[in-house]
Amino acid sequence: MSFMKNLMEGTNFDHKSLNALQKVTLRAVVMSFLFFGLVALEGMIMRMVQVGPAAPIPNQFFHPEHYFSIMTVHPIVGIFGSTYQLVFAAFMFLVPFLTKKPLYSVKLANFVWLMITIGTALAWIAAFVWQYAPLYTLYWPLPADTSQFQVIGGIVFILGIALIMIGTLGFIYNIYATIFARVGVHKNKTTKELLISGFGVDGMLNLWNKLRGKPPYTKEPALALPVVAIFRGTVDTFLDAIVILSAGILVLAYLVFDASGHPLDVGAIDALLYKNYFWWGLDLVADGLVLIYIAGSWYLLATLITGQKLFMENVARAALMLELLVSWMVWSHHLLADQGQPEMMKLISGEMVTAFELLTQGLALFITLVTLWKARPLKVTMELKYLLGGLVGFGLGVPAAIIQADMGMNRILHNTQWIIMAHVHMALIVGMYMTLYSALYVLWPIVTNNTKMWSAKLSNAHFWLYLIGGIGMAAFAGMAGLDGMLRRHLYVNGEFNTYMILAAICGTMILVAWAIFLFNIIMSVGLKGLVGIFMPAEDKTASYGIDPVIIAENHQV
Amino acid sequence: MTFSNSVELLAFHNVAYTIYAFIIISIIAWFGYNLTRKKKVKSLVRIPFYTYIGFLVAGGVGHHIFTYNTIPWVSQDMKRHTIKPDATYKLEVAKHKWINLPPKIMVQCGQTIEFDVRSRDLVYGFGLFRKDGTMAMQMQVNPGTDVTGILEPNDILWTFHHNGTFDMTSTEYSGPKAYSEEGKDLMFVKDFLEVVGCKEKGGKKS
Repeated sequence: MSFMKNLMEGTNFDHKSLNALQKVTLRAVVMSFLFFGLVALEGMIMRMVQVGPAAPIPNQFFHPEHYFSIMTVHPIVGIFGSTYQLVFAAFMFLVPFLTKKPLYSVKLANFVWLMITIGTALAWIAAFVWQYAPLYTLYWPLPADTSQFQVIGGIVFILGIALIMIGTLGFIYNIYATIFARVGVHKNKTTKELLISGFGVDGMLNLWNKLRGKPPYTKEPALALPVVAIFRGTVDTFLDAIVILSAGILVLAYLVFDASGHPLDVGAIDALLYKNYFWWGLDLVADGLVLIYIAGSWYLLATLITGQKLFMENVARAALMLELLVSWMVWSHHLLADQGQPEMMKLISGEMVTAFELLTQGLALFITLVTLWKARPLKVTMELKYLLGGLVGFGLGVPAAIIQADMGMNRILHNTQWIIMAHVHMALIVGMYMTLYSALYVLWPIVTNNTKMWSAKLSNAHFWLYLIGGIGMAAFAGMAGLDGMLRRHLYVNGEFNTYMILAAICGTMILVAWAIFLFNIIMSVGLKGLVGIFMPAEDKTASYGIDPVIIAENHQV
Repeated sequence: MTFSNSVELLAFHNVAYTIYAFIIISIIAWFGYNLTRKKKVKSLVRIPFYTYIGFLVAGGVGHHIFTYNTIPWVSQDMKRHTIKPDATYKLEVAKHKWINLPPKIMVQCGQTIEFDVRSRDLVYGFGLFRKDGTMAMQMQVNPGTDVTGILEPNDILWTFHHNGTFDMTSTEYSGPKAYSEEGKDLMFVKDFLEVVGCKEKGGKKS
């Protein structure tokens, strides 16, 4: 097939053969990867500024208003526009797929990706046009500081965030409505049984009964383990959405009153109390949602890749329940440098409970590796490689945070490049995204009706560039943090030049990897197919009933 | 074993984390290689599950026990309200400007200094940096007043064991107006503090 024909038609992709569930999944995936490109570009601009005056970029990027507007929307586009979309798309496909039940509402799923896309675009526009730049942390009263930011910029930004959160609530409703629907295998299940399984209580009771020498509480839990992880993680997603939405309403109220000529007293809100509330919510994304969703994804991928039962499944279920307590109680590690924060909260929440994440994540890593190990030899597939890449990312990124969640280390590492790069970017770019790429390669034939990937060589090039670039960028910039480089600071004279050049080279590898990946996908589905994904589905089916065992058999030698 | 300043601590941390990074990458790479080999390889070591869990718990808790006993500023910070400092410096900050900024602070080796920084408007930071850019210490500076309208304190005690001149700046982002149009940090205070009287490798001269 000629290059042009491939570009237009793809390999063997037929968008008309897709049902409504497949199409809505792919729509969100497309938007997610477009936003990923934007976030990678923003990241590279900031990397280049930090290289210093020699960097080949326009001078305007060195201006504080411009630089910090990019820094403000970079996580919004990355976390919500890209990650949320991809995760929500995968889960709104996987829950029907794993439970053999239809998705509660395809219309609601369409609403979700549209709300998140429009919301992310609005937040981006607020920063680009009006240079609204309070950063994602929104430390009170900065987001309501109209001496530095225009009111209109703030209102548009907050409206954007609100739309994202409304979309998020739509996702949550869709997931729970699907899980609790009494159809198919759950026709005779009670809400209590589904709740017990969803929170991992059955796993805990099975372990308890085993210790007492009694028969298991249940041999066939109502929900598959990955669904338990989705169920459990979505609790945190909900709480996080409520916190961010309420903080947004607060900021919006101050901005609107300011615009009406009757400004409210910003001192009425206690800055430290607000920080506690906001970090409690934000940390549910980082420590609750990401770690739980990722643990669930590892378990799913390990079982699909090996075609075998998960090693120590009851322990994994119980650990997900335990993570409920951990993720709700760890936020104080963000406040170890706040001298007004009570010492006991620093000690218990900031240090001890946070250290527990080493246990829950280490457990997930152990269970995943042993499940893979017991099934060897396995085929060298893209999904296996990405899964191992994901394990490396979290293996490096989680301890980097535990080290800093300590009163001694935090005094010299707080707000440095160490935490944002060696921890956050390592865990997100390498750990989480490589896990998501693994899921994408597993689900690709199912969601696209066995569309062939255009080039295996390009898939491999993407993998290696992304892995090396991701680890390299996070490591080099993290080392600059050890040398005192702050994370929310503008350096225009190339102060940490050597590390920043190395980080910029690695960042470029990530950007190139993304371009290669996108090109490979476009050549696989074709431009016509890409447009076709957004056309209404002829088949309105909202479920996908392939037995996971059949897929797994294809992956084994 | 005690770390007398951040340079020593971060050098140790750098080596320890780098070794760990190579170990974890090697383990996963070894797994990846052997997972896909036709000939099944035998495990190098057999790690019982509960030993692994014990190792994780010991690592998580032991890390804090280790730092509490080797980093002097941890216990000092926790007990700071019971310790009498050798000198106290009170600073205020508003609209990205330091108020009551003292002339260059001179500190004798081994002295414990209290810094009490209060903000009238936004969240700022307070950080001391060596001339090579490395951070000596920092804290957050939250705004707020008590019921009588007095600004809330953000206080820290710090004991200096090494000679040197330190610059100071805000370690927290407080909006773009903290910078000039060209990107210069307007809150940066050059030569904020100087420590004298220490031996070359640190510690009081006898």
